[in-house]
Amino acid sequence: MTFLKITDLAVEFTVNKKTVKPISGVSFEMKSGEVLGVVGETGSGKSLTAQAIMGLTPLVGGRVSGSIQFGDHDLLTLSNDQMQSIRGAEISYIPQNPMTSLDPVFRVGDQIIEGIRKHHKISKKQAKEQTLEMMAKLRIPSPERVYMQYPHQLSGGLKQRIVIAIGLITDPKLLIADEPTTALDVTVQAQIMHLFKEQLIVKGISLLLITHDLGVVAQVCDKVAVMYAGNIVEYGDIDVIFSNPKHPYTQALLACIPSMGMEKGSLAAISGNVPNAGNYPLGCRFHPRCPHIKPQCKTEVPLMQDVSNGTWTACHKYE
Amino acid sequence: MKNFLEVENLSVSFGVRGGLLLRQVGTIQAVNNVSFSVAKGEAVGVVGESGCGKSTLARLILRLIEPSSGRVVLNDTDILTLSKQELRAQRRHMQMVFQDPFSVMDPRYTIFESLSEPFKIRQIKHTADERLAKVNALLEMVDLSPMHGHSYPHQLSGGQKQRADIARALALSPEFLILDEPTAALDVSVQAQVINLLADLRKQLNLTFLFISHDLSLVSYFCDRVIVMYLGRIMEIVSAEDVGARPHHPYTKALTDNIFSTVPNKESQIPILEGEVPSPFNLPSGCVFASRCNKVQTLCREQSPVLTATPEGGEVACHYPLS
Repeated sequence: MTFLKITDLAVEFTVNKKTVKPISGVSFEMKSGEVLGVVGETGSGKSLTAQAIMGLTPLVGGRVSGSIQFGDHDLLTLSNDQMQSIRGAEISYIPQNPMTSLDPVFRVGDQIIEGIRKHHKISKKQAKEQTLEMMAKLRIPSPERVYMQYPHQLSGGLKQRIVIAIGLITDPKLLIADEPTTALDVTVQAQIMHLFKEQLIVKGISLLLITHDLGVVAQVCDKVAVMYAGNIVEYGDIDVIFSNPKHPYTQALLACIPSMGMEKGSLAAISGNVPNAGNYPLGCRFHPRCPHIKPQCKTEVPLMQDVSNGTWTACHKYE
Repeated sequence: MKNFLEVENLSVSFGVRGGLLLRQVGTIQAVNNVSFSVAKGEAVGVVGESGCGKSTLARLILRLIEPSSGRVVLNDTDILTLSKQELRAQRRHMQMVFQDPFSVMDPRYTIFESLSEPFKIRQIKHTADERLAKVNALLEMVDLSPMHGHSYPHQLSGGQKQRADIARALALSPEFLILDEPTAALDVSVQAQVINLLADLRKQLNLTFLFISHDLSLVSYFCDRVIVMYLGRIMEIVSAEDVGARPHHPYTKALTDNIFSTVPNKESQIPILEGEVPSPFNLPSGCVFASRCNKVQTLCREQSPVLTATPEGGEVACHYPLS
């Protein structure tokens, strides 16, 4: 049975009577228990992909097409009520910014139990017990006290752990985490990723991790999908792609990250900028910044093809 | 060699007001007894986690904030004893590039107008043609075209705005530039563009840099030496080559260990630094890092370590430095 299979996902908006398609042709598959990283720069469409899976695309003029097969359901054909019973229970979402995604007027404990109370028929007392247990597992110091506190009383790292607790508490099958550690300091990031990994393995949860941080992906994921300008340009096994990237964008992206002990003057930049959704170039969307450009790149959209056992790349270089 | 910038025992504390009557309820020692020097043409990085006082340190050196005590000597001028006019005159030699390129430019000025401002403030008389040539030269220096001068900030991308801000900082040919997280708001591909540009400018103009960042890999790539700060104090000063290979302070070691490398390794066991940063209101006696340090001993909780020289020519503040 398929766990999650996304085929030809596209999101369309109408802005000032013009149609803009920030993401299109997004296809990938996830097996149960897998950790898939979706990486890309700002504006590549990774968060929008996550929101589309959750059925949370901004509704104003937004149209989602394609199919999202999750277990027996195509999520795009479900009614709002049916989606409501899956969202939070079977698929959980950890939003990008814990500083703004917690409600400032409710105690954090109450925000965690809201999810279990909604999806499982249990008493408030049991829900509280489960919550405290989860908080302890995430090594939140003195859970009883933190339970009664408001978001503004907590540090960034603690708030992030509360948001993770909200995501994990209902025992979902799939967790979608959107930049869960971006706003944190490195030592706190390492702490949180460690706890996160621990809980995923214990509970057998599959994770779709959205991030721009290639280091986090390399240390956590089994597979990776690299997005650029609303398309997936490379997809496959993390070890293969990071040690031997095929797509010129993936190659360039890995080369422009400074690392410890790197020789001075060896940092390779990618010229130009990520294009906006309104003006994606024709043909391959990376061609204006690509060092390996061929004439057909300007006119023909490259298709995803299997370039080396299970690594898929969309580039004319390999045709 | 004589030092270009000399910072001696620099400290600042802020009063914190709270409660109904906004009485002073405590003080935060944001920068505590910080001393270091920078040679002419050198690039020195300051790293640390949020709240460690690195941005405050930058503002103190430029005297955008008045320190509680200490001395800052830039090119034989004691910055802290200057009168207001003298300080204004001195500022053209020392400039700062800020973190957020989106808020640093006046949204109602074109880039040309923003870049002309420094000359107007210094009352440097130019004819219109000279001014245009001057600004265009600045734009060219940061790889922007004269066309960008006609744009308003909202029409530029983040990377272009950051270039424009670098041009603004370079307008009066300063010798010393403080870069406060110049690439934190940018994507990695654009970050690399800006970093390469800064490295070129450094060579061309013989600039001296103080580079503030939370990204240790970036700092060790760009700078000659690295200052590691924690809760307002210097933990270690170390050369960029040694910071990864031979850190002496357990905190520097933790920072380097916690960098997520892009070499895939699913089984990697990251040595986790337990505990949270102590509240700056209520600093522990002894070493400020003691509560999170895995090498902590009784002495660490009682006595605060002072910076001492290391065999490699750096300095470390630790009772039991790693060798």
